[in-house]
Amino acid sequence: MKIHELKKAFELGKISRRDFLQRSAALGAVVAAPGSLISGVARAEPKRGGVLRLGMGGGSTTDSLDPGTHPDSIPINLEHQLRSYLIEIAPTGELVGELAESWEVKAGAAEWIVELRKGVEFHNGKTLTSADVIHSIQHHIRADSTSAVAGQMGQIADMEADGDHVVKITLKNGNADFAWLLTDYHVSVFPTEGWETGVGSGPFKLVSYEPGVRAEVERNPNYFKEGLPYFDGVEITAISDAAARDNALKTGQVDATNRVSQRTAHLLDLAQGVSVQKIVGTKHYTVPMLANVPPFDNVKVRQALRLAVDREALLKTILGGHGEVGNDLPIGLNQEFYNTELPQREYDPDQAAFMLKEVGMEGLAVELSAADAAFDGAVDAAVLYAEHAKAAGININVIRESNDGYWSNVWQQKPWSMCYWSGRPTQDWMWTIAYESGGAWNDNNWENASFQQLLKDARVEVDPAKRKDMYWEMQRLHWEEGAVVVPLFAADLMGVSDKIALPEDIAVNWELDGHRCAERWSFA
Amino acid sequence: MGLTRLIANRIAFGLITLIVITLLISLALEALPGDFAEQRLGQSATPETIAAIRAQLGLNEPILVRYWQWLSNFLQGDMGISLSNSRPVSELLATRLGNTLFLAGASAIVAVPLALFLGILAALYRESLLDKLISTSTLAAISLPEFFIGYILVALFAVNWQIFPAISSISDNMTLGEKIYASLLPIATLTFVIVAHMMRMTRAAIINLMQSPFIEMATLKGLKRGRIVVHHALPNALSPIINVIVLNLAYLVVGVVVVEVVFIYPGLGLLMVDSVTSRDLPIVQACILIFGATYISLNMLADILSIISNPRLRHPR
Repeated sequence: MKIHELKKAFELGKISRRDFLQRSAALGAVVAAPGSLISGVARAEPKRGGVLRLGMGGGSTTDSLDPGTHPDSIPINLEHQLRSYLIEIAPTGELVGELAESWEVKAGAAEWIVELRKGVEFHNGKTLTSADVIHSIQHHIRADSTSAVAGQMGQIADMEADGDHVVKITLKNGNADFAWLLTDYHVSVFPTEGWETGVGSGPFKLVSYEPGVRAEVERNPNYFKEGLPYFDGVEITAISDAAARDNALKTGQVDATNRVSQRTAHLLDLAQGVSVQKIVGTKHYTVPMLANVPPFDNVKVRQALRLAVDREALLKTILGGHGEVGNDLPIGLNQEFYNTELPQREYDPDQAAFMLKEVGMEGLAVELSAADAAFDGAVDAAVLYAEHAKAAGININVIRESNDGYWSNVWQQKPWSMCYWSGRPTQDWMWTIAYESGGAWNDNNWENASFQQLLKDARVEVDPAKRKDMYWEMQRLHWEEGAVVVPLFAADLMGVSDKIALPEDIAVNWELDGHRCAERWSFA
Repeated sequence: MGLTRLIANRIAFGLITLIVITLLISLALEALPGDFAEQRLGQSATPETIAAIRAQLGLNEPILVRYWQWLSNFLQGDMGISLSNSRPVSELLATRLGNTLFLAGASAIVAVPLALFLGILAALYRESLLDKLISTSTLAAISLPEFFIGYILVALFAVNWQIFPAISSISDNMTLGEKIYASLLPIATLTFVIVAHMMRMTRAAIINLMQSPFIEMATLKGLKRGRIVVHHALPNALSPIINVIVLNLAYLVVGVVVVEVVFIYPGLGLLMVDSVTSRDLPIVQACILIFGATYISLNMLADILSIISNPRLRHPR
């Protein structure tokens, strides 16, 4: 019985929960448990109290509370505990107001009016006003900003307070998806006194923080969301070693972990009192070519290289099967306006060889720069790619680069390199940051006039039907001629103790329930 | 007096060595690909933000200028602030150093007497089954990588039997007892790693001396073998043993980052690795100074103890 058949049988009540778990374990599969599996009795009324202990990878001694620089998971998760955002992405994927009670956009999508919730209190007792919001966003866009999102927030031309509870934001150019940008984990709201103290209006207050070691927070009794959070406090312990995270979870020293190793996930899932939750969202691995550098300026070369990789084999070897094969689009299968008509690109070395022959480039030799800084297993993936391409007569020479400085010295600099993207919730956002011509993070320099024009037009278009057509056309263009190979979508795996009651819907935008586990989860 | 002058000399040379090390580290860090701004921003870097970070932290100055600024501040007692999170380096170091010294001290308290005891025992019953058992087991332990020993201990004592915690994330608000309990597995791991070296040296040094005429004399006097070893051989064998013990103590302070990673022990090693990765120069310098000073002072201590334990060196003619 295949895993999806098992799931189906379980959902239809043909097999019991125990049967389901045993049989799926026997298949060596780690399953995203069907909603009903975790709900039922536990979900009736979430229990209050207890301290959630998270064992997380992705922290460093050099982390800080500056929302502009959060480089990895622990500071991002902590940010969601301490501070609130104007708008949040609900577990089901749609936008809901957090500090914003409502927002409206004027025609042309350049003028945004955000109305703030009233009576929201910061941890220091101060009441939230529009000045705090403007100050917080200013942190990312003032001239000498060191924020990682200085680029994408730079589209804001002007901000203006209209009384204490309305903020008017004017963009340099229209952007119908601007509200999504306000959910970015960097763009939290802190009081005008500054971010240094960790004061925000989030569900928890900071008790102690030793970067790279642990963080401790306690319940914010004045939290503006009625009844939340369920936990009395949260403790994050930084555990950089995947095996140590597994052990801490198995011995009950932590209640949940992120980044379960793809290679050992099936073993962790077998352990008593623990389950592995798998989420496939927008995180994808890419192999960008610089389309203005020979031989990648030749569309046939790009197409041949896309055909010369066995994605299924990569999925099995690099991700242990925990993910999906990519279709050379940086857009997740479940995302809005995903072009479902494009066929999955398969491994076809004969076709690749034929295409190269057409342009007289048989026996093509290219260099591929790789380092595990791009993603865990990137060097292995590059070597496998080279092996697969041999069947097409393509000779890929894998250059092993240094992990340090990879993003500055190799990515975007070398003609062909390995890369990863955590993905973005909207089409416009993803295409803009990495594919728009002239963008700071454009890593492929693919200049296709109609693609670029569609990107601009779709951004200011508010009619969903028209947007769909535009995004479908853009995806088709990129699928046919683009310069980025997208071989894999990687799953996020988290380990969760049975003591935790997970909500029915788990967000897919970031790991640990969109990094909002502290607010959304409770003890069973 | 000879000894005082020697110590003064050694301290002076030690300080010069330390300064040279910090200069070398600065240059080495500069030679690595990627500077602080690039490492900090990673994939999300843009030329503007990199320039802004460099300008704010003064990273555009040549490395020698920055080194000189650091050195002059340091000589005035200011260790600077972390580039990454603006915390004072001294504050960052204080807890971490305490934790590292706690782990090193606890491991030494267990490992050193154990090694001496086993070494003497092995020398006493040389070539016996006991000797072979001690030698084989300690050598086997030192031959395994420390992370492997760590994982085995965790698998058995934490996961399987659930006696000790799998992660030793100790904090300031724990009592001494709790700290020791939490750190037992890393202490055991480190003990396994360092016992063999010290035990072998004890055994070899004593056996070596057992051939000497004064031991023969003691034997002829009719003394018991145990008394000969402990009272006659051991004091004369101390010098090489002390050297090895001190080297191992230095290792306990500076070389245990792998054990820290396996047990999530918040020590200096992790701080240093994180800081090197992010090119946070002030922290790296401070760690290097501590590590360097540990090595230099422990080596000096070894020499001094050797002299004190050896009357011939204590009273040179």
